[in-house]
Amino acid sequence: MSLDLFLQYLFAGITYGSIYAIVAIGFNIIYNTTGIINFAQGEFVMLGGMIAISLLEYLPLGYAIAAAVLITMAIGALIEMLFIRWLESPSVLRMIIITIGISILLRESALHIWGESIRSLPYFYGNEITTFNLGSVHISPQVVWVIVACAVMMAGLSVFFRSTPIGREMRACAANRTAALLCGINTRNMVTLSFMLSAGIGALAGCVMSPITYTQYDSGTSLAIKGFTVAILGGLGNSLAAVAAGILLGIIEAFSVSVVPLAFQDAIAIAILLLILFVKPHGIFGSSEAARLKDF
Amino acid sequence: MSGGNGQTMGGGQEPLLALHGVHKRFGGLHAVNDVSFSVAPGSIKAVIGPNGAGKTTLFNLIAGNLPVSAGTITFRGEEIQGKKTHAIARLGMARTFQNIKLFHGMTALECVMVGRHVRSRSGLFAGLFSLPSTWKEERAIRTRAMELLDFLQIADLAHVEATSLAFGQQRAVEMARALAAEPKLLLLDEPAAGLNIYETAEVARLITTVRDMGITVLLVEHDMSLVMDISDEILVLSFGAKLAEDTPANIQKNTEVINIYLGADDAA
Repeated sequence: MSLDLFLQYLFAGITYGSIYAIVAIGFNIIYNTTGIINFAQGEFVMLGGMIAISLLEYLPLGYAIAAAVLITMAIGALIEMLFIRWLESPSVLRMIIITIGISILLRESALHIWGESIRSLPYFYGNEITTFNLGSVHISPQVVWVIVACAVMMAGLSVFFRSTPIGREMRACAANRTAALLCGINTRNMVTLSFMLSAGIGALAGCVMSPITYTQYDSGTSLAIKGFTVAILGGLGNSLAAVAAGILLGIIEAFSVSVVPLAFQDAIAIAILLLILFVKPHGIFGSSEAARLKDF
Repeated sequence: MSGGNGQTMGGGQEPLLALHGVHKRFGGLHAVNDVSFSVAPGSIKAVIGPNGAGKTTLFNLIAGNLPVSAGTITFRGEEIQGKKTHAIARLGMARTFQNIKLFHGMTALECVMVGRHVRSRSGLFAGLFSLPSTWKEERAIRTRAMELLDFLQIADLAHVEATSLAFGQQRAVEMARALAAEPKLLLLDEPAAGLNIYETAEVARLITTVRDMGITVLLVEHDMSLVMDISDEILVLSFGAKLAEDTPANIQKNTEVINIYLGADDAA
């Protein structure tokens, strides 16, 4: 393999990897505050893209994306309040089945609203054949948008969780719910907030990736599988590890094209998921000790 | 409050916390059986009794971690049974735990800062959308949390992960977190459990200091010398029911209390 081709694959891998990492972080935020895996996470990504595409008729691109993120956040909050908030200490299994139901509901609603057609946002800068050269490698400016948007989201989340009162309360709620309640924290609001936050970052990821990957009513499903694989690979709840695991999966997928046919790409993610679940269910970066400390 | 002060002139001070006929049943087990008592503001009250007497259950009922089966609990003139734990905390009640509950993955400072939020947060969404005021508030929270760590003599451990600290230091962090909320009532669940004799003396000094700061203290404790030294009043529970309620001097002379302790384990 030539160096150019190598770098080309590497960039493709990092691009897709950043998207997987964002979806995985969405899983982690909700997992940390509730102990459940929200299987509707991929649908938030799809909704973000779809809503932005529809709003583009009325608004300029930047505003359409901002509005799509806010609307998806509202949908996330609404879903939590309708289906989860009022449950009195539900079992984890029950909550997971509810989220699977929500994902089907959102997907079918999207099918009715937008149909089966494949849509996409325009390239934020230039068009699909615009490239700039990094050495001898051709890179689409949209790739830079994706990587920068993902990096900014991760940095923003890190500041939010470390240095704002609400972020710290969400961490407190994740670490010890009883103690958080006794510190006067309304843990139910924290759960609603975690759904809003996950929906928001998912929607933003859905917008920046739309020009490259296109958006369809069911494009959330495969993303959810990839994001879930990455979340498990990094160790559930560990967002920094999710970034590393996301980029790792992206790069593995990108390079796999040179060895196996393109159609096998999804099989690779699922094979990794199964392997990790069998061999090291706490993730390659997670320790079983840390996992045991969680009360869920 | 001013109306309350008028009333107190005649019939003694209005209690900060009062329980009337409180019951708690777990299936067939009557864990708390018709318990009534009150805690005067500015006092230290201890709850003692053999293992399984229902002391921790009583704390869980007061803090709202468990619903009462019957009876009323009044805190600052407001009935709180049936209220949510976080709402009771916001009324001015803080607590520490027998088995320490700190926030895994947070530094000692961050744990104390979370305890402070209840006093300073303007609202859920103000923190998300008004950045300059959030940063200002954040600095104020951090400063106050550092002062409390300093007060508890663990300021040098502020940036160490709380759950990795030594046992006595974790207790101090938990105490700082509880004090950060500036509570009116502080519930201490076995504050000296697992501490050596010097650390216990330190805890005794700390509790009286806290009381002198105007915070009322209700504690459960097995260390009898600590309880006798610092308490203004002692409540004795046995099999979920109130056996006696008196000053330390009278409790020590009470034959019924002496009997249950001699008949029980070596807790005394």
